[in-house]
Amino acid sequence: MASGYLIRKNQYYDSVFLMRVARALSDEPGVRECAVVMATDANKELLAGLGIRAAEVSAARPNDLVVAILANDEALIARLLGEMDARLTSSSQAVRAADYRSLEAACAAQPQANLVVISTPGAYAGREARKALEQGKHVFIFSDNVPLEQEVELKQLGRARRRLVMGPDCGTSLIGGVGIGFANRVRRGPVGIIGASGTGIQEFTSLIHQAGSGISHAIGTGSHDLADAVGGITTLMALDVLGADPATEVIAVISKPAGARTLELLQERIRRCPKPVIGCLLGLKTALDAGPRFVQARTIDQAVERTLAALGVTSALLLRMPRKEKGEEIPPRFPGEEGRGVRSPRYLRGLFAGGTFCFQAQQVLWDAGIPVYSNTPLDSRYRLTNPETSLEHSIIDMGDDHFTRGKPHPMIDATERRKRILQEANDPEVAILLLDFILGEMAASDPVGDLIPAIRQAQESAARRGGRLTVVASVCGTDLDVQGLDRQKAMLMEAGVYVLPSSAQAAEFCRDLIQRGEGGRDG
Amino acid sequence: MDDLMALFTGPLIAINVGVRDFGLALEQQDVQVIYVDWSPPAGGDQEMLDLLDQLL
Amino acid sequence: MDIKQQIDLANQEAVSRLIQGDPVLADIAPAGQVIPGLQGRMILHAGPPIPWSAMCGAMRGALIGITLFEGWASSVAEAEALLASGEVSLEPNHHHQAVGPMAGTISPSLPVFVVENRAFGNRAFCRNVEGMQQFGDYSEKALAGLRFWRDVAAPAMAAAVHQAGGISLKPIITQALQMGDELHNRHSASSSLFANALAIPMIQASVPQPQLLQTLGYMIGHNLLFLGLAMAAGKAIADPARDIACSTVVTAMCRNGTEFGIRVSGLGDEWFTAPAPKVDGLYVPGYREEDAGLDMGDSAITETVGWGGFVLGGAPGILTLVGGTAEQALAYTREMAHITVTRHPHYLMPAFDFEGAPLGIDIRKVVQTGITPIIDTAIAHRESGHPKIGGGLVRAPLACFKKALARFGQKYVS
Repeated sequence: MASGYLIRKNQYYDSVFLMRVARALSDEPGVRECAVVMATDANKELLAGLGIRAAEVSAARPNDLVVAILANDEALIARLLGEMDARLTSSSQAVRAADYRSLEAACAAQPQANLVVISTPGAYAGREARKALEQGKHVFIFSDNVPLEQEVELKQLGRARRRLVMGPDCGTSLIGGVGIGFANRVRRGPVGIIGASGTGIQEFTSLIHQAGSGISHAIGTGSHDLADAVGGITTLMALDVLGADPATEVIAVISKPAGARTLELLQERIRRCPKPVIGCLLGLKTALDAGPRFVQARTIDQAVERTLAALGVTSALLLRMPRKEKGEEIPPRFPGEEGRGVRSPRYLRGLFAGGTFCFQAQQVLWDAGIPVYSNTPLDSRYRLTNPETSLEHSIIDMGDDHFTRGKPHPMIDATERRKRILQEANDPEVAILLLDFILGEMAASDPVGDLIPAIRQAQESAARRGGRLTVVASVCGTDLDVQGLDRQKAMLMEAGVYVLPSSAQAAEFCRDLIQRGEGGRDG
Repeated sequence: MDDLMALFTGPLIAINVGVRDFGLALEQQDVQVIYVDWSPPAGGDQEMLDLLDQLL
Repeated sequence: MDIKQQIDLANQEAVSRLIQGDPVLADIAPAGQVIPGLQGRMILHAGPPIPWSAMCGAMRGALIGITLFEGWASSVAEAEALLASGEVSLEPNHHHQAVGPMAGTISPSLPVFVVENRAFGNRAFCRNVEGMQQFGDYSEKALAGLRFWRDVAAPAMAAAVHQAGGISLKPIITQALQMGDELHNRHSASSSLFANALAIPMIQASVPQPQLLQTLGYMIGHNLLFLGLAMAAGKAIADPARDIACSTVVTAMCRNGTEFGIRVSGLGDEWFTAPAPKVDGLYVPGYREEDAGLDMGDSAITETVGWGGFVLGGAPGILTLVGGTAEQALAYTREMAHITVTRHPHYLMPAFDFEGAPLGIDIRKVVQTGITPIIDTAIAHRESGHPKIGGGLVRAPLACFKKALARFGQKYVS
């Protein structure tokens, strides 16, 4: 194996652009590995991991671009590195002519701007957000890894100035029908939602749309908003906004676990809210006491159902769908039972793009007493020591840092998930594969199509062993999304995948399969 | 009107700082977007960043 | 008022002074008679202060040449020994209201352009531009060129200037920028316009015919004639913008072949320096990149006042000299707008729908964006004894601006 690299001083590119270049490069026949990254410390570690450790690389700065290629053939590396300039400049120069180089300059040029969308590396996002707030703008911060104390400062500043701080680590919002970040196209309607989870909001808004209703506004708060350090500043401001908004009739709040003190605050604020509030606080074991207009939900599906109920809409059409989509009955027995000679396959492997879906699926299994390993476990005793290797029942958040360092998120690019599906399929103990697909703005243009070949290959390799791999999936999105919900679902069903109407139901379906089988526990 | 509520009633005009695709997705929804061709300010030099915070 | 507002106001004042600048060529006279503080055995040089021992080959060669020209030594070895002995004072042009191209050497008997800024009454000085001695060439041919300037061309042109009662330079500059000059390396239009302006007064001044013809021939054949005037004008325009408290606008950029230095309005006389960069350029046949010395000269005063690299987009003709495409030239000018305070209302570029030149380099924006001023410049040999070997583009080093910003912080932020 040969390797080569080049460094371009002071040529900054955004990570998505570089990922595209990297993908094109890795598609070149003969290329084993490649990295096209800015020389941040994290990326330099990544390069070292690839065996690129030159002093020149260590000395490179965050503004310097490093391209590294591992391949069998020196000549190929030399040729590809020689062509890099064309790959890097083709789309950058002309388009950027009218761009501004700083937020100050952009604000001066367009004083009417009211929202600043920030997706810089986390170390810099706080600074840009503060400048935006000082200029009187609301902010949407997609960047994660922003220090918590900075988040607190920003949100306090925003509260003092009556500006909304969505994020850091905010995946999506819908403001007046406009999707910001990773959002699904949904019709407008009476439901307002506040969410600390991007995919949670996407699922909720999509299901509300599918049920025939619509969304007034969806306000992403960022994943840490309900931590006690932050105290739910954005969530509480959002509650006030939606409480006062004439278009909003019902409010839903979706979040991963919240801090105890913040929960108190939230409870108190919900009690004062003049509108019905549906709360889906994943991971929360107790019931909230938040007044007569509050309804609690255990899953996103339940939140949708109860929101619709609060509106007086019957939810049957959506959520009581029969659990078959191909005219085929659910397998009555544990699907891998007929395996011969080898240890009977019985384990579930969930490979998720959506962090909240991963969390929710774990909760569904644990609620049924089924222990499950994860790289982001509900129970820390079940943390996978190596996220690359599953154990027994495992549910992996492929959007976690471990998998996204220097690589695109699985919602954008299927490469990592494709590899992992094939890896899981080679494990003779695996009986069920659980997947999620997320459509909408910014997501891959054909999320299902990107994985179908891998799914088929996985099914074939199980068949070759004389076994059977049951693949279960849900697709988050709507008929208005460019990827087309029906088209995406049809491809899955064509491949023999069980497609459930929601992520929660897909997890429940797997739970039922496991319970009908050998129970999933050793011994 | 309150500045906070105004966000939810008026048209959005966005400034995109960082990954360009966020702005492009907004433009597809007919939102006016101004792009900042962002790179780490002061090349990531912390001392300079602190000074710039005070001076610019 | 907080410091940010104070800086913004101070910078507005600085660029307003740059815009008001009204340079007029008042005289051409021996440097020793007009430049304050230039007396005895003293030679002024380009760039920030530097001792003989640290000077590059081209700078040393130019000093040897001018020492021979002054007659202070009769051989190269003698000149070198004299300069090394410290008996000749070596001081930066910028410490004497002066600028000089490349090595920038100015000695007492060398005639210089005297440019007066009529808006503020200050004067600035620059020597003539030639392609040999100031690049470090001390050959007899190089010295003959200086003598011709001293004895023939300068007196004739001075007579014309006196006859005309001074030559207003701003109209020439404004026109030239719209005729494809960028006023650093392309002076085809400005030199012609200047020669036109001088021709009739030179005749009226009764300059004897042989001298008249030689001088007109010199002016017509010298396509960088106006560079010395542009530089003097730039210095005359820039100086009133100095010493404005709280201003972060750059008032000088210059190089001595070893170091690049800048001065900032709110930071007084202090130089902020970094190693001089290498010029990315094209070479005269017979010379190669390995021969090149580092960036040198006071000519970056043109960029300081918004010409040169800052208006490359308006000067596609320069591309043959500096390489690159028309689109790149436009991109440079757009880029410079990111680090400047404003646009000049009079120095307009047809290629940009008559948008003004980016004006007033703000060290804060330079540090923030990492974009440093682009300078299009000539290249000298790294050793003494050679004429001009090429031309190209160079970036001011970021370190100067960072040092200046750090000092600004010390001075203005408690």
